[in-house]
Amino acid sequence: MTLFLSYLINGISLGSVYAIIALGYTMVYGIAKMLNFAHGDVIMIGAYVSFCATQYLGLPPLVSVIFAMAACTALGIVIEGLAYKPLRQAPSLAVLITAIGVSYFLQNTALLIWGANPKSFKSVVDFGALSLMNGQLLISSETIVTILANIVIMIALTTFTGKTKVGKAMRAVSEDKGAAELMGINVNATISMTFAIGSALAAIAGVLLCSAYPTLQPTTGSMPGIKAFTAAVFGGIGSIPGAMVGGILLGVIEILGKAYVSTELGDAFVFAVLIVVLLVKPSGLLGKTVREKV
Amino acid sequence: MKKANKKLSANLITYGIVIVAFILCQIAIAGIIPGFKMTRSLKGQLIPICVYVVMAVSLNLTVGISGELSLGHAGFMSVGAFSGVIMGMWLNKGMGVENELLCLLAAIVVGGICAGIAGVIIGIPVLRLRGDYLAIVTLAFGEIIRNVLNCLYFSLDGSKLHVSFNNPSIPGKLLVNGPAGATGVNKMATFEVGFVLVLFTLFVVLNLINSRSGRAIMAIRDSRIAAESVGINVTKYKMMAFVTSAFLAGMAGALYGLNFSTVTAAKFKFDTSILVLVFVVLGGIGNIRGSIIAAALLTVLPEMLRAFSDYRMLIYAIVLILVMLATNNPTLKNAIGRIIPHKAKKESDKA
Repeated sequence: MTLFLSYLINGISLGSVYAIIALGYTMVYGIAKMLNFAHGDVIMIGAYVSFCATQYLGLPPLVSVIFAMAACTALGIVIEGLAYKPLRQAPSLAVLITAIGVSYFLQNTALLIWGANPKSFKSVVDFGALSLMNGQLLISSETIVTILANIVIMIALTTFTGKTKVGKAMRAVSEDKGAAELMGINVNATISMTFAIGSALAAIAGVLLCSAYPTLQPTTGSMPGIKAFTAAVFGGIGSIPGAMVGGILLGVIEILGKAYVSTELGDAFVFAVLIVVLLVKPSGLLGKTVREKV
Repeated sequence: MKKANKKLSANLITYGIVIVAFILCQIAIAGIIPGFKMTRSLKGQLIPICVYVVMAVSLNLTVGISGELSLGHAGFMSVGAFSGVIMGMWLNKGMGVENELLCLLAAIVVGGICAGIAGVIIGIPVLRLRGDYLAIVTLAFGEIIRNVLNCLYFSLDGSKLHVSFNNPSIPGKLLVNGPAGATGVNKMATFEVGFVLVLFTLFVVLNLINSRSGRAIMAIRDSRIAAESVGINVTKYKMMAFVTSAFLAGMAGALYGLNFSTVTAAKFKFDTSILVLVFVVLGGIGNIRGSIIAAALLTVLPEMLRAFSDYRMLIYAIVLILVMLATNNPTLKNAIGRIIPHKAKKESDKA
């Protein structure tokens, strides 16, 4: 029982990281209708920036996270402005390939700057593990921080999109770009804003991911990126609560699958569940079903 | 009638390009003309070029002709590669067939059939979905195939073939060793067979496109509802395109697998699917000739950029982004049109 509980908590923790990354995917998809494959690599850049800030500049961990967020926000806005904005009217496949180009670019830049050798990331959390049930259940401090961060981000983001002017503008643009523009919303600025928020979240996710799994190399972001993308689709792409639910479920399924079915087949298990869910609910768990009009 | 002739001549040009390229390569290998000789590294790229051309053309059938974005094409390639390697090695080592060409051909056929079967199994659920959801499920299947192959063990005991899942202790010599992949493979693949495979692929795909079935497939791509309402069986034709594409990818995979002494499932990652998709998009979606040229050039490009050593993948990425921007951004397109007026006219004709 305690073993199961500890797997479950680990799963929720991993799932929280996926959820934070998936939020970036889902927001960008909702607003720009594009699959931003470079998102996974923004995570990696965020983790490297935080790593450098603590290692070389000697900054405290918390400051390094803010540092990473600032760097990734800037990066997100630059990527959007240079690579995606000129393709606003282009077919979606062209944008997809450009995103892949950006992903290659980020990975290889990181390779040139930091080299191929994995760096061992020092956890940004520095208090001890929580021990429950007479020490039988040990919850690491990273797990607690990750889950808490996820909850805070979830609440902040829901309030932001629901209550603030910019958030409402975002929802309006994702609903109908043309109508939003007629209402006086600056569509381009709103899309840039979405990329900025998504990338800042990616930085947090990168730091949390590398705190829990401390090997950092230029390809660190790609697999979690794909899984988070899967999570976003799982929950219904374009939906913010969907990304949360999808991410956490995916993390739990992955850890439980690895623990109880087979270590090698953990990933296969995740994707199999995704396929089954999509066959039953073709637009994801919380996605909107769009009726086809003839 | 005139239109049919135009199509025929366009197809003949496509075949012609491939045949001329093959002859030029042969001349360069033989070194008949002084100064026109192929470098060693380029020679090593010949079979991969054939493989990627077949992959690109077959993916173009799914993405361009059938209009379904598939992100798991490398999955079919890996099924073909592993089944092809097992078949080839079994014939060669187990059954004592000395003729390597025969083994290779059998391997390619078996690779194609296995990938085709995988295509049917995957196609049934996948083709129910649409758009980005379809794309993510093909991606998921590609990853599942890779994970499962990582757990497969095949061994050869005399002429007997043993299979086990997640358990390496089986009698005989291990052919496929789980995550370590197939090791000690005879490099049976030859450029000539690759060339024939490219021609075969072109023959299949071009004939399919210009047939009644091909027109039905394209009608479904343009409007599923309209096609359905005139009595076209949507599932049947979508499956036809998907399975043909998987079959051809499996054949390419078998050729690829028998070109290296070791084949691991890690070679067929998501990145490989994306690589092939890049060929298709850069060559022009739905344009078979474009796919061939893009696949050949982009396979060679990283080799050509070797002089830039560490920077080559970076340059590759920048070239990729710039090409996409130049071909899809309206402002840039107009600017290019002003420099090359001929192209601009063509574009306006299309519109």
